[in-house]
Amino acid sequence: MSINTVEPQTPGFVAAVSAAAGAFFGLFVGTAQGSGLLGIVIGAVLLGTMGFVFAGMAEREKALRWIIFAVFLVAGFALGGLSVALVGGLFGWFAGWFIFWLATSRYRAPLAPYLTPGQVLWHYTFRVIAGAIFVFLITPILVVMPLSFNAQDFFTFTPEMLRFDPAGYSLKHYEDFFNNPDWQQALWNSLKIAPMATLLSVGFGTLAAIGLSQPHVPFRRAIMAILISPMIVPLIISAAGMYFFYSRIGLQGTYFGVVLAHAALGIPFVIITVTATLVGFDRSLTRAAANMGAGPVTTFFRVQMPLILPGVISGGLFAFITSFDEVVVVLFVGSAGQKTLPWQMFTGLREQISPTILAVATILVVISIMLLTTVEMLRRRSERLRGMSPS
Amino acid sequence: MKLSKLSALAASTALCAPAVFAEEMANELTLVSWGGAYQASQIKAYVEPYLAMHPEVKVVWDESSAEATAKMRAMTEAGNVTWDLVDAVASDAMRMCDEGLIEELDHDAVLAAAPDGTPASEDFGELLVSDCFVPQIVYSTTFGYRTDLVGDNPPDNICAIFDLETYPGKRALQKRPIDNMEWALYCDGVAKDEIYDVLSTPEGVEQALAKLDTIKDQVVWWTAGAETPQLLADGEVVMGSTFNGRLFSAIAEQNQPIGMLWDMQSFDLDGWVVPAGLPADRKARVMDFLKFATDTQRLADQAKYISYGPARKSSAPLVGQHAELGIDMAPHMPTDPANAGNVHVYDYEWWADNRDDLDAKFQAWLAK
Repeated sequence: MSINTVEPQTPGFVAAVSAAAGAFFGLFVGTAQGSGLLGIVIGAVLLGTMGFVFAGMAEREKALRWIIFAVFLVAGFALGGLSVALVGGLFGWFAGWFIFWLATSRYRAPLAPYLTPGQVLWHYTFRVIAGAIFVFLITPILVVMPLSFNAQDFFTFTPEMLRFDPAGYSLKHYEDFFNNPDWQQALWNSLKIAPMATLLSVGFGTLAAIGLSQPHVPFRRAIMAILISPMIVPLIISAAGMYFFYSRIGLQGTYFGVVLAHAALGIPFVIITVTATLVGFDRSLTRAAANMGAGPVTTFFRVQMPLILPGVISGGLFAFITSFDEVVVVLFVGSAGQKTLPWQMFTGLREQISPTILAVATILVVISIMLLTTVEMLRRRSERLRGMSPS
Repeated sequence: MKLSKLSALAASTALCAPAVFAEEMANELTLVSWGGAYQASQIKAYVEPYLAMHPEVKVVWDESSAEATAKMRAMTEAGNVTWDLVDAVASDAMRMCDEGLIEELDHDAVLAAAPDGTPASEDFGELLVSDCFVPQIVYSTTFGYRTDLVGDNPPDNICAIFDLETYPGKRALQKRPIDNMEWALYCDGVAKDEIYDVLSTPEGVEQALAKLDTIKDQVVWWTAGAETPQLLADGEVVMGSTFNGRLFSAIAEQNQPIGMLWDMQSFDLDGWVVPAGLPADRKARVMDFLKFATDTQRLADQAKYISYGPARKSSAPLVGQHAELGIDMAPHMPTDPANAGNVHVYDYEWWADNRDDLDAKFQAWLAK
C-alpha cells in the first residue's frame, strides 16, 4: 500500500463540499434575482443532493457529466433563452467536473501526500479567495466592454443584447467618439499634455533622484519629502492651491499651466522608481568611467543612464498615466480650452450618461494593456540581453 | 484719374469702418452650459448659425453650469474670469447678481425686440426675474414612470410617489429639499397655496420630512439630470423626477417604455448671465452673440430640438415640429395647457431666503 492512497470519498463528504460550492454560487445568482438567502439555500440543496447521489457512480463519470451539462443547458434555455442557457451550461459543466473531482479524490493528487485535511482545505480555500479577489477587481472593467457596443443610449443590457441579437449591438458609440469634435478635441488635448508633462517629470525627477542619492547633499530627506509631497497631499488641496497661484502669475487656463501642474504630480513617481534603481547602482562604475577620461555628462549618458533605464521608463510610464488619468487638477488649472479626456468623461458621466464614455473606456483599457505589455516585453528583453535573467 | 482713385480710397475707408469696429470684438467665446441634449439644442439652434455668420469666431464650451456660482466666486476672487457667457438657472442668477459676480443688463437696450416691435422687456414679461438674467427657456421638474411596471393603472396624480401599495418599487428623487418638500406637504393634505406658509414653520418642515420618511427607504437620490432616465431605462426605479426634456428624449428619441406624470410639475427658468468686468473686446462679442441667440426666431428654433418652452411670448407661435423626428413639439412642452393643468409654482424668493437652513435640515434628515 503506497502512501499516496487515492480512494473514493464518502457521499457525505462530497455532498457537504458540493453544497458549500453551490451555496457560494447561489449567493451571486440569488442576489441578482432579488434574494441572496434563497439563492444560497437552493444552490446548497441542489449541488449537495447531486453530490450525494453521484458520489458512488464514479465509474460512469463521463456519461453522467454530459448528462448534467445537458440538463443545466436545457434548464437555462427554458428559463431565460440563449444567454441563460450559456450560464446554465457553464454551471452544469462545472458542477459535473467538481463533483467527480471530489468523489474520485483527484483533488488530492497534485498535493504532497503528508498534508493534513486542514492544510488541503486551506490550499483550495486560498485559491478560491484569490480568484474571488481577482474577479472582484476585473469584472467592472470587463462589464464595460460589451456595454460599449450597446445600440441604446443607456448603460443597460437590453433584452436584445442578452439574446445575442445583432440588432442590440452597434458601433455607434465608437463612431460618436471618432466623429464628435468634443471628444476629438479632448483626446488631442490629452495627447498634447501628457507626453510633455511626462518629459518634464522624467527630466526633473531623474535629475532630482540622482542628486538626492549623492551622500554629500545637505537636507536630503527634507528635499525628498517636499518633492514627494504632491503624491501625499490630497489632490484637491494641491489643485486649489495651484489654481490661485497660477491665476496670479497668469498660468491658469493655459497649456503650460496644465503641463507644469501635471509634471509636479508626476515627479514623485519618477523620483521613487529611479531612487529604487539607484540603490543597486555600483558607484565605482562612475569612478571607473572618470578614470578613463569621461566627463560627468558622458558618464551619465553612457554608463549610468543605461543601467537605471528600467526605473526611468517605469517612472515615466507612471507619470504619463497620472497625467492621462488626472481630472481634479485639470478641472482647476485648465480652462475649457484644455479639456482632457478624463475631464470630458467626467462631465459626460454627470450630464449625459452616454455609452460613448464606455467606448472610450474600452479603447483606453486596450491601449493601456498594449502599452504595459510592450514595456514588460522590452524590460524582459533587456534583462535577457544583459544576462540578468536565467531564461 | 487721381481724383477717382482718391475717392475710391475714401469710399473703401468708409466701408472698412464697420469692419474695424467688428475687429474690436474678441474672436474666442467661452460658453458655459449643462452639456447633454440641452447643450446640443443650443448648438443647433443658434451657435452653429452664429458661427456660419462669423467664421472668425471660435466657441469653447465648458460644461460647468451645475457649479456656476462656486466657480464664478473662485474666478472673481482669483481675478481671472475665463468665462464669457454663462447658462444658469434663475435662482443661481439671483444669487450671483446679489453678490455682484455678474453684470446687470438693460434688457431693452441689449436684446432684440420682437418681430412686431414689442420691446424685449415686455416680450419676456414676468420671466425677467433678475436684472442680470436673460431667460431662454421654461423647463419643469416632473415625473416619469415605467409604463410596464405600473400595470393597468398608470399614475396621474403626484401623490402616487408616496403610494407604495399601488406602485411598489424604488423612486428617484433629486437630492435637495426644493420641490420634494412641497410635494410631500401637498400629498399630506396641505392646500397648494398654503404650502410655503406651512413650510415656513418648524412644524411644517417636520411634517414634510415625516411624509418623506414614509418612502425614504424606497428612494434613490439623484444629483445629475441624466440619472433618472438611466434608472428608468434600467427598470431600477418605477418612477422618478427629472427635467422634462430628459424624459422627452428618453421617450421620443430612445423609445423607452416611460410615461409622463405632469401633475404638480415644478416650473423653473434657465437663461444667460454675463460675468461682471469682462474686457471691452470680449464683452462686445458676448453682447453681439447674446442679442442674436435670444431673438424670437432663435428661441423658437431651440424648441425644435428639446421640449423646453421658449421664454419669449413671441416665440411660442413659431414652435413647430421636432427637427429630426418630425413630431409636433407643442404637446411635449411643459407649458402646454394639457400638461399644465395642475402645476406647482416654485417660489424663488422663499427659497432664496430659506435655502441654507432647509438644506442643512434636509441633509441631516438624509443622514439619519
